Amino acid sequence: MKKMLSVLLLLVLLLPASALADEVVNVFNWEDYIDESVLEQFSEETGIKVNYMNFTTVEDMIVQVEANPGAFDVCFPSDYIIERMIKKDMLAEINFENVPNANQTIPYLLNPAYDPENKYSVPYLWGTVGILYNTTMVDEPVTSWSIMWDTKYANNVFMLDSIRDSMGVTLKSLGYSMNTQDIPSIMAAKQKLIEQKQSGVVKAYQVDETKDKMVAGEAALALVWSGDAQYAIDLNPDLAYAVPEEGTNVWVDGMVIPKDAKNKENAEKLINFLCRPDIAQKNCEYVRYASPNAGAIDLMGEEYTSNPVQNAPEELLSKCEFFNDIEPAFLSVYEAMWMEVKNTK
Amino acid sequence: MIDMSLPWWGWLLMGVGLVGFAAMLVVSVRRNQGIKRSLFASPYTLWMIIFTVLPVILIAYYAFTDANGAFTLDNFRNFWDSNYESNKVILDAMGEAGAAYISRGTVNVDTLVYSLWMAFKCTAICLLLGYPAALFMADRNMKLGSTLVVLFIIPMWMNFLLRTIAWMSLLEDSGLINALLKALGFEGVQLMYNSGAVLLGMVYNFLPFMVFPIYTVLNKMDFRLSEAAADLGCNSWQTLYKVVMPLSIPGVISGITMVFMPSVTTFFIPRMLGGGNTMMFGDLIEAKFLVEGNWNVGSALSLIMMLLILISLSILRKADPNGEGGGIA
Amino acid sequence: MIKFLKRFYLGVVLVFLYVPIGVLIVQSFNAGKSRAKWEGFSLRWYAELVQDTRIMNALYVTLSIALLAMIFATILGTLAAIGIYSMKKRPQALMMTLTNLPNTMPDIVTGISLMLLFLFTKVERGYLTMLLAHITFDVPYVILSVLPKLKQMNKHTYEAALDLGATPTYALTHVLIPECKQGIITGAMLAFTLSLDDFTISYFTTSPLVQNLSTLIYSAARKGIQPSLNALSALMFISLLVLLLIVNRRTAENN
Repeated sequence: MKKMLSVLLLLVLLLPASALADEVVNVFNWEDYIDESVLEQFSEETGIKVNYMNFTTVEDMIVQVEANPGAFDVCFPSDYIIERMIKKDMLAEINFENVPNANQTIPYLLNPAYDPENKYSVPYLWGTVGILYNTTMVDEPVTSWSIMWDTKYANNVFMLDSIRDSMGVTLKSLGYSMNTQDIPSIMAAKQKLIEQKQSGVVKAYQVDETKDKMVAGEAALALVWSGDAQYAIDLNPDLAYAVPEEGTNVWVDGMVIPKDAKNKENAEKLINFLCRPDIAQKNCEYVRYASPNAGAIDLMGEEYTSNPVQNAPEELLSKCEFFNDIEPAFLSVYEAMWMEVKNTK
Repeated sequence: MIDMSLPWWGWLLMGVGLVGFAAMLVVSVRRNQGIKRSLFASPYTLWMIIFTVLPVILIAYYAFTDANGAFTLDNFRNFWDSNYESNKVILDAMGEAGAAYISRGTVNVDTLVYSLWMAFKCTAICLLLGYPAALFMADRNMKLGSTLVVLFIIPMWMNFLLRTIAWMSLLEDSGLINALLKALGFEGVQLMYNSGAVLLGMVYNFLPFMVFPIYTVLNKMDFRLSEAAADLGCNSWQTLYKVVMPLSIPGVISGITMVFMPSVTTFFIPRMLGGGNTMMFGDLIEAKFLVEGNWNVGSALSLIMMLLILISLSILRKADPNGEGGGIA
Repeated sequence: MIKFLKRFYLGVVLVFLYVPIGVLIVQSFNAGKSRAKWEGFSLRWYAELVQDTRIMNALYVTLSIALLAMIFATILGTLAAIGIYSMKKRPQALMMTLTNLPNTMPDIVTGISLMLLFLFTKVERGYLTMLLAHITFDVPYVILSVLPKLKQMNKHTYEAALDLGATPTYALTHVLIPECKQGIITGAMLAFTLSLDDFTISYFTTSPLVQNLSTLIYSAARKGIQPSLNALSALMFISLLVLLLIVNRRTAENN
């Protein structure tokens, strides 16, 4: 026993000396949100070592960035979080002379409300929120959010355990804005979600697990993000994705540089690299969301443009809304209402 | 974010603490020569003050202040009425008309009651399942006793998140158990997305914590006592009931402590196995800190939880007639 | 018959404990990435595991922290247990309250309170802070394992040793420690296990730069668990099983 312990101890003490490269860039991204071979390629081409770290929720990301100043050079927050970070003065302006490839961004995503002058962010991937359904269990066309309330599918619907998304589509289905601050509208949405739960339609509120479960045929309908839908459809051809006529949320994850980043130039090099059409294509094909990169879209050609899950049609987009960042005080109304929904027995 | 800069006296306190810690370590080792063995606990005492008491004080500080650091009791009002903040916003925005939209939110209280009830059930099941297991393992005729202990520990060396996910693969409608049922010609049953599945996951995770302390005590017990009882005419049930069980109470109390604590604040399991349909208090606290970023209310909820656990523990201590609870507050 | 029933009962409980682990191991040989679909036998995930530096780093962090925390906690805890045992009633009760304090705190609160402490003292979170946190939550378990042993001990044994001329040091190492050896070992194993398994407290006391397996798995769960993590668990499980059974056989034979 003693011998074994000492051997183990020795192993522990032989710390793996992490190679100290001169040039590094510290990247903070969603889990499984990049083709990692791209990062190796970046290191080979530029000699910059990439320290790649992941977060689970954007809320968590903000906490980490605030608590570890200087630890991150490139982050990948969603649109309304970018808005919040700009408001909190957490972001550095990007020097676009170092990021010439940013001109590949498609016009639809230019000058967005969250970053009106495109000063702080470059779009990385984007997508919609919609309904993933199993065509062997749903034989009617999916055109309206109301199908998620249909008791025909009792115990057969997955909702997103995410305040803004679930509240948002409910508001949309009632004909309100997803960013509304009108109390009666929010109350109506809450009531509708409570009805949905009490009528036994909802099987589970979840985030990560949905796509694998839909592949396995665990439920008929699910509220999902478009990339998860594409992932699931790739694995199970019985699945299909639809965005209801009432419209939905369209979102962008952007690349930003925190104000106290230690390697700003390397960060810009990486952002530029990720905007290079062949690289953007690789990531898009790996992660399965929509690409904001005109060059990459050209490279992917028909296969991408004819796929409505990834490439949402224009008329649909005209009915969609971006999330605005709701100020913390008012957000407590959303939070309280969502908690009441979750607490319903 | 709060300002994290440390005043000079903070550094002084830390320095004194560290020097004191080193000194106490030296003293307690030296004192080995003398008789004051009680000093052995001093390094630990200091450690606990720095890493447990101080952090608790910080939590209390947050629970009694608002976002600007001013004293307030609002965080506790928030516990009683989970709509407290939002009601204020509604009244601000709508004035008189808002009155129709405000109501007391019972989310926090409901969740707490539910969590205590689940923890109680989990502890009871663990005791019922674990006591016989520990008893049989400690049986002197059971040659494999120590190997069995190891077999009970090993599952815990697999990551708890992965184990819970593995249960999901078993219990899903399209999971292994249902596939088996269907292959045998039975109807599928829904095993997941309810509190039963959550309870199963909790029992699975916490059962070993019940078995070990009981086994440890039983294994150490003087077996001649039960032999004597048998000689004096007790049958084996009477021996168990009158001799073995009373002697094992310290272990049982330890076990109950070790199971009850983590189960009240379980999180992740309700989300994975319960489909997020019912929250437990752990999920709620997590949401307050990580999703809503409201540290003050989160701290207040934590304090309330700690208080309730302390109360349940002191009740538990009353149940231990010999007052040697094997480590109970 | 009764003996058979006892064994049968233990067997059933063990099956309950091992079924999910069996599932995990089987899944690690699945050729596909999805948890839900069996796509044939393959060692693909084992090959990917070895190349995955993030997982290997996390493994290193997990194991080294578990081991170091176990060593420190066992020393600190055993000393403390002996100390507490020798105290008068009042201070003993106080110490037990202190010992039980971390147990009365939800993991998430322990984690958050420690995070506040580290932020407050401006200690940069990382490997060291995670280690400190692990020692902190391990120690009470060591004490709770050792103390019952001491209490069960015949109080006069130690005094008898002193009367027979043993020095306090000798009595300590030859009477007290051996008497509670079983408790110390149980405590150490518990500490190791808890540390290996901890997610919540690690999550709050480290930065994303230093990840252990739990925090890695937690962030991976968002986009679907990498089956190479299953492969890793399977490997860890089997090597630990073999190692422990060998050690156990040895000690059993020696006895």
